[in-house]
Amino acid sequence: MAANKEAFLYTKEHEWIEVKGETVVRIGITDYAVDQLGDIVFVDLPETDSEFIAEEEFATVESVKSTSEIYAPVSGSIQSVNSRLEDEPEVLNESPFEDGWLVEIESPEPFSQEGLLSYEEYQNYLSELED
Amino acid sequence: MEGNLKQTPLYKHYKDDKIKLMNFGGWALPVQFTSILDEHHAVRNEAGLFDTSHMGEIFVKGEQAVEWLNGLMTNNTTKVKVNQAQYNAVCNENGGTLDDLIIFKLAEDEFLITPNASNTEKIYQWLIEHQENGITVENRSDEYGLLALQGPLSEEIISKVTDADLTALKSYHFIPNTTVAGQEGVLLARTGYTGEDGFELYTKWDHIPHLWEALLEAGEGKVTRCGLGARDTLRLEAGLALYGHELSEEITPLEGGIGFAVKTKKAQPFIGQDALRKQREEGLKRVSRGFELVGKGIAREGASVVNESGETIGTVTSGTKSPTLGKSIGLVLIDTDFKEIDTPIWIQVRNRTIEAKLVQKPFYKK
Repeated sequence: MAANKEAFLYTKEHEWIEVKGETVVRIGITDYAVDQLGDIVFVDLPETDSEFIAEEEFATVESVKSTSEIYAPVSGSIQSVNSRLEDEPEVLNESPFEDGWLVEIESPEPFSQEGLLSYEEYQNYLSELED
Repeated sequence: MEGNLKQTPLYKHYKDDKIKLMNFGGWALPVQFTSILDEHHAVRNEAGLFDTSHMGEIFVKGEQAVEWLNGLMTNNTTKVKVNQAQYNAVCNENGGTLDDLIIFKLAEDEFLITPNASNTEKIYQWLIEHQENGITVENRSDEYGLLALQGPLSEEIISKVTDADLTALKSYHFIPNTTVAGQEGVLLARTGYTGEDGFELYTKWDHIPHLWEALLEAGEGKVTRCGLGARDTLRLEAGLALYGHELSEEITPLEGGIGFAVKTKKAQPFIGQDALRKQREEGLKRVSRGFELVGKGIAREGASVVNESGETIGTVTSGTKSPTLGKSIGLVLIDTDFKEIDTPIWIQVRNRTIEAKLVQKPFYKK
């Protein structure tokens, strides 16, 4: 099933956020981010139940050429991680919006869209970057 | 950004093909054409073509050229025969490395020297500073481009476009003036920087685009265009030092792992000899070693290395995930007390400490 990217929210750090429930979001990085990184060879994900505050580094994605830190777009605890990436980091290259999701975070409060970009806003942001 | 960067003869080709370019020592060059991993595997299994036109070409001529160079180079230049190449370091008085480079003996009285791109001007100035009567030194880096065809199929592929006898051409030897793909005046050397069999082709700047196309065509799909990313992972697997990482003016060639090219006992004195001899006699305080991560992650250049008690014992000089071996590998400049193979070490990567162990170089051998 194709992901509904239009319904996702985005950050300027090229993360996407899919709202899964009132307090649960799934997080990944966008095709733009993946493209910039090149071949991804290692994904370092946090432990389940570990807690992060918004803007704290919670994961790293390593490509052959560089390392990229991923920052938590919302505060909360890690409910689940995509353990498939441990052995198959290349899935992130192939399917950044679906099979390559990183973690699901459960927030103590209902999810707020404040400070996040809509799909359209993110696309506009990307075209600004291209200029 | 690209406006200020120097362009190789293939710049137009890159732009036409919309290849992303990066600043590499002041040059606009591709990190990758499609994928570092694919390009890396192509060189290990078939063949890969690199644009290394940014490398320097300095010509040295004079009746005393052999002896004069011998006073500036760490290796013994009197041992090189015409049409043979030799790997060398150039050092300052303290033994610090100014560059590592290859010299090609063109004639009894003439050499081609090929410094790293970022060191070409420095080495040229160094040669001029030490120039003697009867020696001419010419920096012709702007006139010559360089392509490298590397990988097990290289010989077969170049054979299709040249009549030169490649089977007779041994490693670190060259044909000074041959015709490749109808292009005259190619210096064809059996050298490279990937740990595979391969060739480097020095030719006039303007001839490079034609040669590039001709080699791709001769490959019939078996020649992959490769960027700097694969060049780095390939050389690292082969355990080869890279200037600015394993070697610098603060690191001697003995420490940086290229002691095989340093003849401290050679009869003729050379710049840096006293310092290097002393270092060898007293024993090195730090050496370059290969490591492999035991824990997960990738340790990159600049990461601190500690021992069991948490004391700093070295620094990572290069690190990557080896595409061929599937392991995280790298080189570390480490205190000699900890240099033994299999010594457990710990590498600080951001907020984590990853266990690693020292292993034999090279990581990969064909």
